[in-house]
Amino acid sequence: MAVKLPIYMDNHATTPVDPRVVEAMLPYFTEKFGNAASRNHSFGWAGEEAVETARQQIASLINATPKEIIFTSGATESDNLMIKGIAEMFREKGNHIITQAIEHKAVLDTCKNLEKHGFEVTYLPVQRDGRVSLEALKAAIKPTTILITIMYANNEIGVINPIPEIGKLAKEHGIFFAVDGVQAVGKIPVDVQKDNIDLLAISGHKIYGPKGVGALYVRRRNPRVQLSAIIDGGGHERGMRSGTLNVPGIVGLGKACEVAQKEMPEESARMLALRTRLKNGLEAKLDEVFINGSMEHRLPNNLNMSFAYVEGESLLMGINDIAVSSGSACTSATLEPSYVLKALGVGEDLAHTSIRFGLGRFNTQEEVDYVIDKMVQVVTKLRELSPLYEMAKEGIDISKMKWQTA
Amino acid sequence: MAYSDKVVEHYNNPRNVGSLPKEDPNVGTGLVGAPECGDVMKLQMKINPDTQIIEEAKFKTFGCGSAIASSSLATEWVKGKTVEEALSIKNTDIVRELSLPPVKIHCSVLAEDAIKAAIGDWKKKHGVEVPVTEKASH
Repeated sequence: MAVKLPIYMDNHATTPVDPRVVEAMLPYFTEKFGNAASRNHSFGWAGEEAVETARQQIASLINATPKEIIFTSGATESDNLMIKGIAEMFREKGNHIITQAIEHKAVLDTCKNLEKHGFEVTYLPVQRDGRVSLEALKAAIKPTTILITIMYANNEIGVINPIPEIGKLAKEHGIFFAVDGVQAVGKIPVDVQKDNIDLLAISGHKIYGPKGVGALYVRRRNPRVQLSAIIDGGGHERGMRSGTLNVPGIVGLGKACEVAQKEMPEESARMLALRTRLKNGLEAKLDEVFINGSMEHRLPNNLNMSFAYVEGESLLMGINDIAVSSGSACTSATLEPSYVLKALGVGEDLAHTSIRFGLGRFNTQEEVDYVIDKMVQVVTKLRELSPLYEMAKEGIDISKMKWQTA
Repeated sequence: MAYSDKVVEHYNNPRNVGSLPKEDPNVGTGLVGAPECGDVMKLQMKINPDTQIIEEAKFKTFGCGSAIASSSLATEWVKGKTVEEALSIKNTDIVRELSLPPVKIHCSVLAEDAIKAAIGDWKKKHGVEVPVTEKASH
C-alpha cells in the first residue's frame, strides 16, 4: 500500500485536530457564539454551559473536580501562571523554587525571570536516563522552598519523571508541587490525587485539540491553592485569569480530553507497538545508533535516537518527505545543540546527530515502515559521505583526536 | 528552512565524494572543523609537483546540507587549478555561488579553511615552508 506523503511524525511539537473535536467546536463559532460571561441571555448561557461541560471533561481525565480547572491561552501561559502565581502569593513564606535542567523553556525562562525579582531557583541536574533523582531533590529542599516544579514527561526524549514520588515528598514538606503535564496528559494516566499534584499545566494542541487554548488545574482541597493572577481584568476564572473565554477552543480542548480518556488504553498500546516497530527496524538495519533517555520510563509515542556520524540537519534534508525534528544545533535558532541532550550527558557530537520521532494518533504501520526504509537509506548515504564514519571504521577514536575549533 | 536550488543539487548529487591515499606524497589532506560543532570537512587533493596543478580532489563532510554543498563545490572548483589559483578561492565566492544565508556562512569559511589545509599539508610534504594563514573565525 502506498503511503501518502509527506508523513507527519512530529507529534510532540503539535498534533492535528481530531475531526471529532472540530465537529464539536464548529457551532461555537457561529450560532452559539455567546460570551460565556453574559449572564442575562440564552447566547451567554449556551456558552457557559459548553465551558462547564469542557471543565468536566478535563477534570475527569486527570481525576480532578471541574471547579479546579482554569482556562488559559495555552500551556506556556499555564506554566507562567502556576509558577509566578505561587511565587507572588507566597513570597512572604519563602523565596526558593526547585526545578530541573530539562524543563520546557516556558518553565525555565519563567524561573529565570523570577530570579531577577529576588527568588532563588535550584535547577536540579538530571540523571543519564533523563529522570530527576529523588535524592538530589530531597537534598535541595530548604526551609524557604515554596514550590517544586517538575515536568511529567519531557518533550524531546519523552522520559517520564517519578511524579507520584515527588508529589509525596512535596506534600510531606508542605511545598506546592506544580507540574508541566503538556506531553503526558491524554497520553498516559495522570491522576492529580494519586500523584499529589497541586498545579498541572495542560495544552490543547498536543492532544488533538486546537492551538491557542490550554488549562491549569489548581487544587481546591487539601490544600486549597491560591494564586496571584498575572493578567488583570474582568475577574474571569475565579479571578485567576481574566479575559473573555475562548469558547470554541475550550469546547475543543474538552472534547479532546474526552476522546483521549476513552481511547487511551487502546491508543497507548498502538503507539507502543508502532514505536517498538520503528526502534527495532532502525536498530536492525543500522549500526551505531543510540537511544537518548530511558526506554523504561518513556511515553509510548516517543523515540529519540542519535545516528552517529550523521549530522541531524543534513539527515532532515534527506528525509524531506518525513516531518520529524532534530537536536542538532543547525536546526535551532540559537545554533546550540539540544540543552536537553546536553543535560543527559550526551556528547555534543552525538547531540548533533539526534532525531526525535513523535508518533501520533494518525500514524500507520505503513508509515512507520516507510520511515524506517527512508532513514536507513539516507543515513547510509550520509555515512558514506562522513569523514567521521570513515575514521571510526578505520579504528580511530574520534573523541581522542585534536580538533581544530574556532 | 529553505535551501537554495544549488545547495539541494549538491546535496543530492555531491561531486567527488571519497578519499585519496593520505600517504601518497602528492596528496594533501585537510581536515577541519570539529564533531562538537556539528561540522567536519575532509578535503584531499592530488597535486602534480611539476605543474602544481590539482589533478584530483575528493571530499567527505559531516555537517548540514550547506556544509556538504560548500565542500562539494570546493572540490569542483579546485580541480584543474594551480595551487596558487586554488588558494585565491574565498569563502565569499562560495557564499555567492550557493546563495548561503548568513547563518550558513561558517560552512563556506570551513570549505576555504579545508582548501588551505589540504594545500598546506601537500606543501609540508614537499618541504615548502607554509606561511601561517590567518584563519577566518567561525
